[in-house]
Amino acid sequence: MNPIFQGLITIVVGVGGCVGYFYFANLILDRFIFPAKGPEAGRNINRANQVRPWLFLFPAMFALSLYLVYPVFGSFIRSLYNRAGTEFIGFGNYLNLFGDSAFQTAFFNNFLWVLVVPAMATFLGLLVAQLTDRLAWGNIAKSLIFMPMAISFVGASLIWRFVYAADPDIGIINAIRVYFGAEALDPLQVPFWNNFFLMVILIWIQTGFAMVILSAALRGIPEETVEAAIIDGANPFQVFFRIKVPQIMGTIVVVWTTITILVLKVFDIVYAMTGGNFDTEILPSYMMDFMFRDDGRATAVAFVIMIVVLPVMIWNIVQARKEMR
Amino acid sequence: MADLKLTDVEKTYGGTVQVLRDINLDIDQGELIVFVGPSGCGKSTLLRMIAGLEKITGGELQIDGQVVNDVPPSERGIAMVFQSYALYPHMTVRDNMAFALKIAGKSKAEIDEAVNAAAAKLQLENFLDRLPKALSGGQRQRVAIGRSIVRDPKVYLFDEPLSNLDAALRVATRIEIAQLKEQMPESTMIYVTHDQVEAMTLASRIVVLAGGGVAQVGSPLTLYEKPNSTFVAQFIGSPAMNLLGGKIVGTGETTTLELEEGGGTITSHYPSKPEDMGAPVKVGIRPEDMTETDANDFAYHGTVEITEALGEVTLLYFQKSAPDHDPVIGKLSGIHKELRGQDVKLTAAPEKVHVFKDDISLLYRDETVFLPGVQPH
Repeated sequence: MNPIFQGLITIVVGVGGCVGYFYFANLILDRFIFPAKGPEAGRNINRANQVRPWLFLFPAMFALSLYLVYPVFGSFIRSLYNRAGTEFIGFGNYLNLFGDSAFQTAFFNNFLWVLVVPAMATFLGLLVAQLTDRLAWGNIAKSLIFMPMAISFVGASLIWRFVYAADPDIGIINAIRVYFGAEALDPLQVPFWNNFFLMVILIWIQTGFAMVILSAALRGIPEETVEAAIIDGANPFQVFFRIKVPQIMGTIVVVWTTITILVLKVFDIVYAMTGGNFDTEILPSYMMDFMFRDDGRATAVAFVIMIVVLPVMIWNIVQARKEMR
Repeated sequence: MADLKLTDVEKTYGGTVQVLRDINLDIDQGELIVFVGPSGCGKSTLLRMIAGLEKITGGELQIDGQVVNDVPPSERGIAMVFQSYALYPHMTVRDNMAFALKIAGKSKAEIDEAVNAAAAKLQLENFLDRLPKALSGGQRQRVAIGRSIVRDPKVYLFDEPLSNLDAALRVATRIEIAQLKEQMPESTMIYVTHDQVEAMTLASRIVVLAGGGVAQVGSPLTLYEKPNSTFVAQFIGSPAMNLLGGKIVGTGETTTLELEEGGGTITSHYPSKPEDMGAPVKVGIRPEDMTETDANDFAYHGTVEITEALGEVTLLYFQKSAPDHDPVIGKLSGIHKELRGQDVKLTAAPEKVHVFKDDISLLYRDETVFLPGVQPH
């Protein structure tokens, strides 16, 4: 069968199935299980309304339990078994991990990523949001800055491989170095700093996200508070840092933590740029190294990542709920 | 503590849309000036121009004899109270009030003294450590006022400060503002409102703005008793003044008028000149100045279509003479529900009858009167 045709059928069946589920489940509930007629019509309507949310939530809850909750427990159990999954070894995988210098490097690098990427992306996003706010061509600037969001991490990595290319005829960094008389080098092999060159890619992608959210938050600040501050004698910096930023602090925290969670998941950039060589390994890419080869160890790394993400996640959700109130 | 002088001030947006023109005002120290006008008349814009939040595109603004057109807001010696309070939501009441002084680099002792003094004046001592969201609307407005007092400005600017409050609180806060003004007789205040009661009760002088210009400036009672145009006549007072068509049939120290549309002949205390004889005029009588009469020299007679008995007074709405005319309204003291459907004759004392020729009051015939060219309501 033609693959386009196949794809179309999949879309129709998928979307149609979803719509059909909600329509027919609702119909059956109202017509046959608790019909809104007869001597108990009023009571039936109330009962149907109590059942309806659960009926509609069921597909999502089912999929989430199957693909998220079950794997959490499954992974944990798997992480307690050996490489082949045949022998229970308790916390052996975890002990091995912490003894492995590659894991320690990945953990330390990941710590740097978590420290730098969310901070820089949020700061730059805030800066761009503020600077483009009153500009006539601000929206064009924002669209350009937002664009990297639409590129996959691997795609972005490919673009940046050109930027970082060691050949001065290809890589702009080396082109500039050579122009000023320095020797060409491979930025991705510069010890320690190569981590930051990789982080730049994710910052480049995430600044757009931070900008969009913070720009909306800045617009939500009552204009009078800014005018009152101007009359009170505040200069533009004071208005920004003492009046505007504190008022959108909740949103800043949400953006910050959301990017932090993302940072703890991204493996593609390291995978595509250095393959984890030159001491650039981070936890997710370290996990990828073992996946399908030593699943016990890979799941143990996955579990470490989950435990690290969990508190950030909780804080993120708490802040986001506060914002929505 | 200062006087203000506005000379030919104008505001133009984008070089073409003129919203204010030829604004000339002299405001003395210690005055409480109220800007009123129909919505969209530019009263808030004018206030924001004085504050420095809007650019003055023409003319000159002087505070204390110094031209401040290009002086930044914080150096004009003004403080502003916003309609939405504009409190900084992340700061406590104390920090809100102290913000301007902190920015100005005052010492902690100085700041504390100023904040505590203002808080005492406004009964805010117990709320100093609260955030604005933990305060009621009236308390928030007091904090906003406190924030301006702390700065000890030369001129206070109020932009519809009471319109976010409910009716009862509005009355209470209005009285508080009046008392505050009494405590600070030296301060100059400019107050923007669309509420006539606020204007009439607070103002030492009212500036009626409409159609981009100043329609009349004067004390509340001057505007009420001697409006210079039909616009001001109908804008001040509620219900609005009745305007009846008529012509002058006797001139001199007082004027005799013959009214069209169901009217008789009455006298006004407005003087007129011999050449006015026979001129078509509009005769203005406030609903509350109308009294029932049996005499032959009545001002108006018609059939009462609707009565609204409010207890202390009864409003009589007469049948309209034409569908697009406003109905004549009478306001009689006491309860008169029985007048509904009746034919009633009304008259008014000569000193309550206003005469407008070409929409300008005969009392102001020798002055330049700005006619806004818009409807008062």
